[in-house]
Amino acid sequence: MYGFTPTDEQKMLIDTVVRYAKNDLRAAGHDAEEGKALPQKLVSKGWEVGVLQASIPEAYGGFGERSAVTGVLAAEELAFGDLAGALAVMAPSLFVTPVLLMGSEEQKGKWIPPVIEADWTPYTAALVEKSFDFDPSALKTTAVKDGDSYILSGAKTYVPYADSAKAMVVYASLDGATKAFIVEAGSGAVVSERIKLMSLNALPLFDVKFDGVKVPESNLLDGDFAPVLAAMRVTNAALAVGVAKASLEYARDYAKERDVFGVKVAQKQAIAFMMAEMAMEIESMRLLTWEAAWKLDTGAADAATEAYLAATGAADMVMMVTDRGVQILGGHGYIRDHPVEKFMREGRGFASFTGLAIV
Amino acid sequence: MTIEFETPKPVENARYLLQTVADNMMRPVSREMDENEHEIPYSYVEFMHTAMKAMGGSAGSLAPAEEKPSPPAPSPTGRGDGGEGKPKRPSVAYQVLANQLEMLSWGDVGMYLITPGGGLGAAAVQAAGNAEQREKFLSRFNGEKPTFAAMCMTEAGAGSDTSAIRTRAVLDEATREWVITGEKIFVTAGDKSFNDHPEFGKGFIVVWASIDPTAGRSGMRSFVVEAGTPGVKVTKLEHKMGIRVSDTASITLDAVRVPFENILGSPTVEKSTTGFKGAMATFDATRPLVAATGIGVARAAFEEVKKMLAEQGVEIRYGLPRQKLSSIERDVIDMEIMLKSAWLLVLKAVWMADNKQPNALESSMSKVKSGDIVTKITQKAVEIMGPLGYSREYLLEKWFRDAKITDIYEGTGQINRLVVARQVLGYSGSELR
Repeated sequence: MYGFTPTDEQKMLIDTVVRYAKNDLRAAGHDAEEGKALPQKLVSKGWEVGVLQASIPEAYGGFGERSAVTGVLAAEELAFGDLAGALAVMAPSLFVTPVLLMGSEEQKGKWIPPVIEADWTPYTAALVEKSFDFDPSALKTTAVKDGDSYILSGAKTYVPYADSAKAMVVYASLDGATKAFIVEAGSGAVVSERIKLMSLNALPLFDVKFDGVKVPESNLLDGDFAPVLAAMRVTNAALAVGVAKASLEYARDYAKERDVFGVKVAQKQAIAFMMAEMAMEIESMRLLTWEAAWKLDTGAADAATEAYLAATGAADMVMMVTDRGVQILGGHGYIRDHPVEKFMREGRGFASFTGLAIV
Repeated sequence: MTIEFETPKPVENARYLLQTVADNMMRPVSREMDENEHEIPYSYVEFMHTAMKAMGGSAGSLAPAEEKPSPPAPSPTGRGDGGEGKPKRPSVAYQVLANQLEMLSWGDVGMYLITPGGGLGAAAVQAAGNAEQREKFLSRFNGEKPTFAAMCMTEAGAGSDTSAIRTRAVLDEATREWVITGEKIFVTAGDKSFNDHPEFGKGFIVVWASIDPTAGRSGMRSFVVEAGTPGVKVTKLEHKMGIRVSDTASITLDAVRVPFENILGSPTVEKSTTGFKGAMATFDATRPLVAATGIGVARAAFEEVKKMLAEQGVEIRYGLPRQKLSSIERDVIDMEIMLKSAWLLVLKAVWMADNKQPNALESSMSKVKSGDIVTKITQKAVEIMGPLGYSREYLLEKWFRDAKITDIYEGTGQINRLVVARQVLGYSGSELR
């Protein structure tokens, strides 16, 4: 059957996420971006909502089963609150989820519980590389077998919390296939100063260099990378939907208040039609994201393709929507007192954000 | 309740069957029918009549077959949870119908439009008629011969603005008959529904007219006018850009006398807009179905382009960063994104209809999106295939011409944007004009 309504269990979780996103993340988003830091209390509170914990089986310290559908529902709402905050709250998942999807029983038992059972602790992953045509399936960072170790060589960028992470998952090419390696703090990876992007100023992001970093062979997660990449892509799509929704709702409320030529701005068809199209594109990409997530959960043969389509479509959609969000506010949209310019700066990033979050 | 995308069994069955029809009865004659405007593909019509009767299907009507549900109520009640404790298995009738129309339109959207079964005419009786009228007017579609019905709404001066309809219906108290006078245009299947064709059964047209011009929209009513009624004349069949196999008629009504009981809805005018809302509720139900026909054409063009490219050795490398893709690959991927996301909007809208949820927003959204993407996809398809795409040797150019109508009829993309915008903004018709 087709179905378009979350389960009661999902609803309960999402209700909590929505409250946190609206009351905490959104309230803090502006100052965090300007002050280039997220309050630790804010991030820890988001962690306690338990989105990741609910997707980890009890055997590894969680209290549920992994569901990409639940994950994208949560990701959309978190990003609706604030994108940088969402990525911070979800950062430990960058480490846990590849272990869950690519790791052996032993590796899962060893690496997941310490993250899941603790308060929010910085764990992360390094995927993105500094190249205009960066391709997660053709990495320039390499892993070479050396006795009972692997030697990692290469350079990564866009790595959240690299300076403080207890451990990170590093993606590298092993004989041409993308594999994941666990690199613990103090293993010799060189972390740069914080890098600066067009947005996400609140999130600490770093370049990380691996100049022959040695990891034990037991740290190789030998599973298939494709489902991890697909999960990253549906996450990206869901986050994009959340940012787009935030932009539309802000612009809508503004346009219904603002007077022009004796009516509200929103009463002009030129503006109203823009918003009709924004709503339509958001909803259609949300559904494509849901379908891709559902296909991941059910192991459909075309799940990876579908995730790719959702991520590609959502990245275009969020750019279009957030651009219009600024346009609808006119000059005020360009002023940083209003969040729509921030949404637009974030919107452009989704074409390059693969690897910054995973559900 | 859950989020899932498993194709329901009845949908799968319907798609499988109609794929065969599309492959064997539509595609082979598609070009010929396009070249010979208004010629009737009798074998297709006969076949569909027999097949739909046997299957209990209703692809030729815009109301679903099984339980014939009325359009979703415009109130937030009745959330489709089955009510009395035990969860009832929700209907999939609209979902099946949308899939049938998508598949037939994938075959040939013009030929789909001449599927017997009553089309919008039957849908109007279904939505606004009482039980007696439904029995009287709709049973004919299960008769011996294929039978058609049509909706006469548009006039030269009244398109989407239906309140501008000038056709009048006056009650002759002496004979208890309605006397209708006016001129209608753009009547799909008007000729087959009204004129005498020995191969077809006796159809009808549903005529929109005002019973009280001072009352505006609340004075609008629809009337069933039987085929052959004196005073009605089909004056012209339009020559169109596409869907040439489908007849689009102009019809004049000159003091046409219709029995009193042929009025759909109340014969008196209350000072409210219920009559008009009835018409609009019909459209909430039918818009996603019409959207589904657009999706069918879009999928036809998309699949053909992929097939033709593959024959030339061009495979689409999904998963690569955009920077590594060719321009054609990017185009094809964008087409697929548009196609799939638009189809999901349609599915959600019909799913809501089946679950008795109000879907004015979703049904209009699906119609806007479908009209947008089928136009873009068919345009792109012709462009990508270059001289082949533009040639009448292939069907791509035909689908490009066929596609445009789905962005126009059943409410243009613009009037539906207005409906969507009002919903998104929480505005009434007077707040957002």
